[in-house]
Amino acid sequence: MECQRPVFATPDTSHLSPQDFDLVYEPAEDSFLLLDALESEYFSLRKLRPTICVEVGCGSGICITFLASMFGPGACYICTDINPTAAKVAAQTADQNKVLIHPIVCDLVNAINDQLRGKVDILVFNPPYVVTPSNEVGNGGIEASWAGGEKGREVIDRFLPHAVQLLSLQGILYLVIIKENRSDEIEDKMRQFGLHMTTVKNRRAGKENLYVLKFTRVT
Amino acid sequence: MKLLTHNILTSNIIKGVTRGFPLKIKSSRLEVKEVDFNPDFILRILPKLDWSALRQAATEVGYGNGLPEELPSSLEGDDSLQKTIHNILLQVEIVEGELECPETGRKFPIQNGIPNMLLNEDEVS
Repeated sequence: MECQRPVFATPDTSHLSPQDFDLVYEPAEDSFLLLDALESEYFSLRKLRPTICVEVGCGSGICITFLASMFGPGACYICTDINPTAAKVAAQTADQNKVLIHPIVCDLVNAINDQLRGKVDILVFNPPYVVTPSNEVGNGGIEASWAGGEKGREVIDRFLPHAVQLLSLQGILYLVIIKENRSDEIEDKMRQFGLHMTTVKNRRAGKENLYVLKFTRVT
Repeated sequence: MKLLTHNILTSNIIKGVTRGFPLKIKSSRLEVKEVDFNPDFILRILPKLDWSALRQAATEVGYGNGLPEELPSSLEGDDSLQKTIHNILLQVEIVEGELECPETGRKFPIQNGIPNMLLNEDEVS
């Protein structure tokens, strides 16, 4: 019998003020598309019986909090951000929604030990994907949440090899991109790493044509 | 910062450092926050962690009592040890303190329960 998929509420962010969003990316269409994508993937994710979930660049923490409410205390939810204010706000968002997350301030996943290689069941990255001059990338603060450099791909490309190492055998990576990031090039690159790409969601929001891509190991 | 987080962090990001795990912990404010006991999670996460690093970290913050040197091959049925491990992994929280690179002594602050592993540009490998 086909079970009906449960509906998960968008995490409550009413504890955050406009001042917080001067320093931390405010959840927008891209964030909500990612939540919709994860929700639509509920059954395949549950089948994994995830133990370790990691979100890179968690911003306000809305996505990692959402994952934690989807799968509960049977897994741990680790998140990173290069912006210390984002990590702090993410912890508050988890508290507000009564889930436990583990925030770390670092660059992508660089402070995560090799021991976690091959052990991450769900990996999520909503990267800085906006096409900008290269010198705007990685300056910390709120610019780090959107400035993606050439083709909007500079941070994405730096991250992908790490993602491949972290994913468990059954692990799944979800990546948010826009059309300008060239999903065909990302697909080629990931195929060389032995990962298969599909599109989970696509939505136009203003001038952004957003996609949520899904990567799994070719078995 | 829970000791679960400590167990996955390294200072190998510093230029020249190759033995950046496990980081030493100094706690200046520690709280024990109640988290629902989930034995199934404990049994699934433990094989993915480094037991000796966890034991060392717990000892450094004063919670090393009752932790065996070697993890028994199966914890199923050992309710008491499962609960002890649940406590050190998820309930003990370092709110303020420092992590220290075991090779160089470089310190990383823990503030509001969050470790900050950022480096200055000239330290990056």
